[in-house]
Amino acid sequence: MATSIFKKVIQETNEYERTPIPAKSLKSSSSFLGMYAGEHTAGTEFVIGPLFVAHGVAAGDLILGLLIGNLLAVLSWALITAPIATQNRLTLYYQLERIVGKRLVAGYNLINALMFCFLAGSMIAVSATAVGIPFGLEMPTLTDWMPRTSGWIITVILMGAVITLVAIQGYSYVARFANLMAPWMILIFIGAGLIGLSQLGVNSWDSLISISNEVIWTGIPLEGMSKFTIWHIIFFAWFVNMAMHIGMSDLTILRYARSWKYGFLSFAGMYIGHFLAWIASGILYSVFLQANSASSAFAPGEIAFQTAGIAGAVCVVVAGWTTANPTIYRAGLALQGILPKTATWKITAIVGGITSIAACFPALVMKLLDFVALYGLLLMPMGAVIFADFYFAKRFGFQSEQALSNQVHFSVPAFLAWTLTLLICLGLNLVYGVEIFFLGLPGWFIAVFIFVGLSRVYYSRSKLSLS
Amino acid sequence: MKLFLKTGSLIGLLLTMSPPILIFLGKIDLDTTKLLMTVGMVAWFSTAPFWINKKVDVG
Repeated sequence: MATSIFKKVIQETNEYERTPIPAKSLKSSSSFLGMYAGEHTAGTEFVIGPLFVAHGVAAGDLILGLLIGNLLAVLSWALITAPIATQNRLTLYYQLERIVGKRLVAGYNLINALMFCFLAGSMIAVSATAVGIPFGLEMPTLTDWMPRTSGWIITVILMGAVITLVAIQGYSYVARFANLMAPWMILIFIGAGLIGLSQLGVNSWDSLISISNEVIWTGIPLEGMSKFTIWHIIFFAWFVNMAMHIGMSDLTILRYARSWKYGFLSFAGMYIGHFLAWIASGILYSVFLQANSASSAFAPGEIAFQTAGIAGAVCVVVAGWTTANPTIYRAGLALQGILPKTATWKITAIVGGITSIAACFPALVMKLLDFVALYGLLLMPMGAVIFADFYFAKRFGFQSEQALSNQVHFSVPAFLAWTLTLLICLGLNLVYGVEIFFLGLPGWFIAVFIFVGLSRVYYSRSKLSLS
Repeated sequence: MKLFLKTGSLIGLLLTMSPPILIFLGKIDLDTTKLLMTVGMVAWFSTAPFWINKKVDVG
């Protein structure tokens, strides 16, 4: 049941693609609860928690930052995405097409597909760090961008080929597999965290506090890593799924909700996956660092194996695979929007090929925090456009769903809102040194402002009614 | 049969979760913990697929 909504969403090729979801097809709250818990306890969690440790976040900053950031993410789903999803009940792509036009949606799909390929690639690399253990594969280090050995490339390409072949067979088998792995994986995360604490010598509340501060989250970054503060944690936790909430990609899923309040159920994913699992994987990395002080390897498979044995390593493989597979499928769907006449298996094979090549580069794992921030930032302005169209069209006197209303395939206000926002964010980064994690919030307001302003110029209600 | 499978799955989850608690309390060592968790994983993998997705989701 955990992924039943997602399964339904991506298996549907004709049903409800361009029509609102009818009342009979709405889903229960338990379906959403399971889906969010499963979707956000995944392969990425094995990387993010350790990277927080590597970036030298302090224990108090981590806990408080995650509590606040995850709460903001839940509120974003509940108050920004869910009300629009449950009122219009349309997919993101169709909603976007009505506002920005088909050609702009094609550009959006292309970027989306590429980002999905890179994300899936990082998950294949994560799985490879576990698969390579019995073969004595040399693992990548925190500062690696390029593959170290030919063995790494062969392992990753072979894994990519297997995952692509399975994806070509269809999504449902892996969805079922992911579904039944979810409860076990959540327990492995929590259990491994407990084992890690015992390995570090925690046996009382006082020792938990002191070891957390002095051994795990020391506040001192590893060599070559930048320092993370509480603000990094708050903004990262809030915007790690920026594309999904304020970027509106979860319109496609939340349109099945009976009420907008189901958006609050995202708390299951945030506080199990993005709180407990991040903390647990950080503890595991700390155990690894204590036992291998001379090693600069950053390999989630080895890290989990050292603490939880075979079960830990298998969990890394399963988590990476079950995250990579639907991501490859999603990338395929996005590309199929651009190449509708190409066979699905060919699209999936192309996507799998790009993903496998991307997976060869450890930079995708080592820079995962930056990558997910960039991924959200690139897609977020289109979510801001949907938000502005929904709430501000009447209030500021411009036409709602301007591409549909005017039978155009390209909305200039939306295009400029998208590109100018990204250019301004780039400027803020290059000129003022604002880190990528902090660009999402100002970027969203900039996109809304540009879209509303230009829509009043291009699609003003009064001007159109006069003509 | 279904009861047998569900019992096997429950044992699998118990063997996944209880060893970490026991090692945290200092009752068992790390090797035993890893072994029990591996047995739990095998129990879950070999029983859960036969019942967990059989239920039709009626929303």
